[in-house]
Amino acid sequence: MVSANSELTYDSKIEGDVIVTRADAVINWIRSNSMWPMPMGLACCAIELMAVAASRFDIARFGAEVMRFSPKQSDCMIVSGTVTYKMSSAVRRIYDQMAEPKWVIAMGACASTGGMYRSYAVLQGVDRILPVDVYVSGCPPRPEALLDALVKLQEKVKRERSFSKLNTA
Amino acid sequence: MPVEHIFPDSASRNAQGEFETEKMSLSMGPSHPSTHGVLRLQMELDGEIVTKADPVVGYLHRGDEKIAENMTYNQFVPYTDRLDYLAPLANNMAYAIAVEKLAKLEVPARCQAIRVITAELARISAHMMGLGAFGIDVGAWTVFLYSFTEREKLYKLFEELTGARFTTSYSRIGGVSRDIPAGWTDRVNAFCDQFLPILEEILSLLTRNRIFTDRTVGIGVISREDAVNFGLTGPNLRASGVPLDLRKDKPYSGYEQYDFDVAVGTKGDAYDRYLVRGEEMRQSVRIIKQAIAKLPGGKWYAEDARKIFAPPKEKVLTSMEELIQNFMLVTEGPQMPAGEVYFEAENPKGALGFYVVSKGGGVPYRLKIRAPSFCNLSILPKVCVGAMVSDVVSILGSLDFVMGECDR
Amino acid sequence: MPKALDAIAALRGKWSGVTDRASLDQPAINVPAADLLAVLGFLKQEQGFDMLADVSGIDWSPGVSPRFTVVYHLLSTTDHEYVRVAVDCPSDTLPEVPSAVGLWQGANWHEREAFDMFGIRFSGHPDLRRILMWDGYPHFPLRKDFPLAGVDTLLPDLEVVAETKTNAIAAPMAGGPFVAASGGINMTNAEPRAKDESWNERRPKPGS
Repeated sequence: MVSANSELTYDSKIEGDVIVTRADAVINWIRSNSMWPMPMGLACCAIELMAVAASRFDIARFGAEVMRFSPKQSDCMIVSGTVTYKMSSAVRRIYDQMAEPKWVIAMGACASTGGMYRSYAVLQGVDRILPVDVYVSGCPPRPEALLDALVKLQEKVKRERSFSKLNTA
Repeated sequence: MPVEHIFPDSASRNAQGEFETEKMSLSMGPSHPSTHGVLRLQMELDGEIVTKADPVVGYLHRGDEKIAENMTYNQFVPYTDRLDYLAPLANNMAYAIAVEKLAKLEVPARCQAIRVITAELARISAHMMGLGAFGIDVGAWTVFLYSFTEREKLYKLFEELTGARFTTSYSRIGGVSRDIPAGWTDRVNAFCDQFLPILEEILSLLTRNRIFTDRTVGIGVISREDAVNFGLTGPNLRASGVPLDLRKDKPYSGYEQYDFDVAVGTKGDAYDRYLVRGEEMRQSVRIIKQAIAKLPGGKWYAEDARKIFAPPKEKVLTSMEELIQNFMLVTEGPQMPAGEVYFEAENPKGALGFYVVSKGGGVPYRLKIRAPSFCNLSILPKVCVGAMVSDVVSILGSLDFVMGECDR
Repeated sequence: MPKALDAIAALRGKWSGVTDRASLDQPAINVPAADLLAVLGFLKQEQGFDMLADVSGIDWSPGVSPRFTVVYHLLSTTDHEYVRVAVDCPSDTLPEVPSAVGLWQGANWHEREAFDMFGIRFSGHPDLRRILMWDGYPHFPLRKDFPLAGVDTLLPDLEVVAETKTNAIAAPMAGGPFVAASGGINMTNAEPRAKDESWNERRPKPGS
């Protein structure tokens, strides 16, 4: 019963303006629900990434609608498309410019493994130059799959020991 | 105590008394919000004015032509999806017709009409994207949301027809992968009916919008001579006043049966290119409606093309003849004669050409892809010079290119 | 298509080196490299083939002579006809043909691409650099002796290479794409397999 449980949750009449919780929970809660993506739109997957941002799928429902084209303002790089060797150093440099904490979603088969492009020009998986947190399969992945990846990343962020990292940094 | 003036009278002034300035070099891209893909522009600026622009392409060079030499004709169809990934249905069709030309294969009228419908739907989808992205480039975010809503409706139709949102691989060599589902043409008709008023609404957001016209009218003017000289095709060529439309002038896939007009610009500026695309969408709707109205019956694949087109799956599973045909196709590949053909189709971005050199057998010896975006971009060093930096963004948006096919 | 055939007939009268080229569609001619610019100029200025649709190189594989061919597709924007002009490179080791940039500005990028992919040089080209691969890439990928997988190469950005310890490596080919081969009666030979097996689990990587 809902009413029976209300005594156990935060009650402003009893506790005033104080909430007791773990620092990790608060930090991760904030981080995971305001994930600003850096759309690394490279190829076909970028179109699905736009579809996710547009009105039907609406990435804003997950707090990630603030697409920042400046790496300095973004938290999560969505590598969407084929990374060629010519492009790889630019991708890595943009990643280096992102401020910590930062995460990477490899969207689609090409970004994850090179996909159907087994050729002389294509980097065989973006994880050779960046640490990847979530891989999304599909060529291209459906927008739902990218949203699922975002939720998976949020879950991952929620498990991180952010506070102890802050202390050691 | 006298303070030190950092600009003494004599310094940094030339004979005319103007301050000496230095040229600044600016690298725009390969990751930049207003480049539609991974294009890099290496520019030299004099203040705000571009004095030299050198596009650097190849950031999405995936080796498609080499890959084509290493697989059978049928296996390459999915790679054509990813050339101009805004209009895969049109790419599939262009590639299929090129190889059919090599095989001297005629597809049935129904197949041709289905291909025309899909190609024109793809054109609407591609131009919608071009419009939305152009809008964002010049600061109109709303257009993008409107146009993407229409694209989602189209994706729903594509998905019902092909099973995928945009990597469709629908037109195969010798036919299309499956017949259209029951009631699909009605839904396409319904889409067209509701699309026309929405298109007018979307265009009305831009056509007389002061901000939009200020940023496009007279910007990036391409003369008729330059357009032909640089090999521009598609809306970019027509905006410069050359009425070349391969659907009209070299009809393929039965385009000669349909009544439509070719939109032609007068000034060749960014605004003209926008207007031409808008008109093309209206004409596409016209073509789709005609094609649906007189959609012929019959097969959706060439039945006599036994060594090229795989028969429908239910027949493979129930009939000996088709089973053997399917088996031979998988183990031997489609059998093509030796020789060379070149075919260009009027894609949304321009003339997409395939030059196929065959030595016989199932694998192309050389497959050259003539990408319209590649040719359209080659005019940038000419058209950007003298423009302001912010005009470059407008020019890029109006040229409406896709790097997937530019770099291949 | 009388226009294109007329043009070719007119050409033959002027240049004796022009020969017919086997083609399954539009009229096609072979032209000696020395006459190339004159023939292209004639087609453009006198015969109305005002647009250069495409330039592509072909490698007829090592050992074959002539090894490299450059193919031009011209389009007439008024008569809507194509004509194909092919020129064999005189040298197999240092292929070179005259550049058509003087006739069509649009030839610039096409010729840069043919140089990038095949190593065909275009004499008189104003700016013959690589266009699709990065500057300094040591190979010509579309040559027939170059494997699809590529060969191990240093990436251009040494800072990033030092940071990531990553270079261009030969792509794994063991996973396909699998291509059917005509094997006659022998089904083992006809079994679909990766056409380019320049390296797989059993064979060492090229360039390593």
